[in-house]
Amino acid sequence: MGLTSTEVRSESSNERRSRGSRQRRQRQQQRREAYLLLVPALIPVLIFSVYPLLNGIYLGFTDSRAGFNRTTHFTGFENYVRLLDNSRFWESFKIGLVWAFGVTAIQFLLALGLALLLNQRLRMRWLVRTLALVPWAMPSVIVAIMWRLVYHPDAGLLNDVLTRMHLINENINWLADFSFALPAVIAVGVWAGMPQTTVTLLAGLQGVPGELHEAGAVDGATAWQRFWHVTLPQLRPVIVAITSLDFVWNFNSFGLVYVLTEGGPGGKTMLPMLFAYNEGFKYGNFGYAAAMGNAMVVLIIGLMAFYLWSRMREAA
Amino acid sequence: MNTRTRPVIRLLQYAALAGFLVFLAFPLVWMVSTAFKPPQEIVSLHPTLIPNHPTLSNFTMALEESSLVRAGMNSLLVAISTALLTVLISLPASYALVRYRTWLRKVSLGWILVSQIFPQILIVIPLFMIMKQLQLLNSLVGLVLVYLVWALPFTLWMLQGYVRAIPPELEQAAAVDGAGKVRTLVSVVLPLLAPGLVATSMFTFVISWNEFFLALVFLQNPDLNTLPLALARFIGAEGAVRLGPLAAGSLLATLPGLVFFAILQRRLTSGLMSGSVKG
Repeated sequence: MGLTSTEVRSESSNERRSRGSRQRRQRQQQRREAYLLLVPALIPVLIFSVYPLLNGIYLGFTDSRAGFNRTTHFTGFENYVRLLDNSRFWESFKIGLVWAFGVTAIQFLLALGLALLLNQRLRMRWLVRTLALVPWAMPSVIVAIMWRLVYHPDAGLLNDVLTRMHLINENINWLADFSFALPAVIAVGVWAGMPQTTVTLLAGLQGVPGELHEAGAVDGATAWQRFWHVTLPQLRPVIVAITSLDFVWNFNSFGLVYVLTEGGPGGKTMLPMLFAYNEGFKYGNFGYAAAMGNAMVVLIIGLMAFYLWSRMREAA
Repeated sequence: MNTRTRPVIRLLQYAALAGFLVFLAFPLVWMVSTAFKPPQEIVSLHPTLIPNHPTLSNFTMALEESSLVRAGMNSLLVAISTALLTVLISLPASYALVRYRTWLRKVSLGWILVSQIFPQILIVIPLFMIMKQLQLLNSLVGLVLVYLVWALPFTLWMLQGYVRAIPPELEQAAAVDGAGKVRTLVSVVLPLLAPGLVATSMFTFVISWNEFFLALVFLQNPDLNTLPLALARFIGAEGAVRLGPLAAGSLLATLPGLVFFAILQRRLTSGLMSGSVKG
């Protein structure tokens, strides 16, 4: 120890300078290495993701349309003025919010319950744990097809079960019914997203130190009190993260509902993404569809900012 | 964990667990059951959960459907190419993002987040125009390119977790022993990353195999349909009446995902989200 300090002190200023430049050279070389390793990923990302995204935001302020030989004009906020008057779009926005909030909230409650159960030493939990992962492995198209079989008006499981329980007298066409379609679709959304939410919450639960629970138990806290005052506060960051992600994923989701109902009946399940897809790729109004995308982003970022801000204030 | 649970509570817990079991399993069981039922049983007034006369004819019918088989081959080609290419590209990138302090680290994290928040419609419209100019619309190569960039956030996120789990001391030791940077990467880092590479490739294969929206936008030629597209179009066309083959085809299309996820199960349950911390 003493030896090294004298060594350092005896180091001449010349040596120190050369070491400094060596460090700088080393840092430069490191930076070169890093860029070299990153370039293969960076180039496709710039061409096929960053540039299109920026261009897409810009297109929302133009009258771009599909087809050959069309000139695109910058139109400022014209698209948004038109959007304000488009009651069908706002209707779809509302449906998107009901869907995203509904799926996220129900999914969170169910997944939390399931994660708490899976965290206990129960028999058969391996079976449920495995089953809970299955939706994740399935293509959304097949999840939708599967639930169409369940909801099928004549040959479906649901109508049969409800009839046998004498809850309904005649078969219901769930996905074509004006009042049942949206709840039916939300149930599918909940089912499909269970794995990610459950797995994340379970990982969070397993990170809660056991000593905290034991200390609570020694102090005579009931299971409910321990859950409310120990587990939940410890889980808070995980909960905030997964519910935010779920909300964004759900609000932007497409495939599931597209195959289930294509937005029907009468637009009752027309999520904003479906609406924008139709506008862009069915009618070829690229600029207008991009404007809808922009409106969706603004809403999502606003809601997220509010949510994260209020959670943060609560935690402080 | 908890020392003693009262029997009543235990009972309630098992009841809740059974409830979850029913909710999670029934749609699956129903699809499997439909896939093995002869046509007259599918539309019978009181369908049974277990087929009375189980048959494989739905599967042979689905496999005789040339459009489905071709779509399966297309899907296989696209998913394998995407998995290999994406992992190949994100391997050096995730190593660099973990081991080097560059401003790109923060930028990449920001991009991963942004790619989740922005609705795909915003990227897809300009991308559609770009692909059209490059004459890569209606081409599986084009789709692989699109998937590559779409899957990168996931693979980067996953692989960074595996890189972080390798102690840097090992590389320093190799450097002290006189191994150059490339040699260290190839003979020290790569073997240790192998399980992570396999897991990430499998995960990427499954998400590309399952993807629907991008395929719908970029492929209009029915000959190039991927499996999700073909099944979605099948249910629109004749699948509504031919439920048996539809269920059988769907079941077959689910198998690769199920097999890979079964292999990945332990890694997935240890928390993909926290994977970057736990590895």
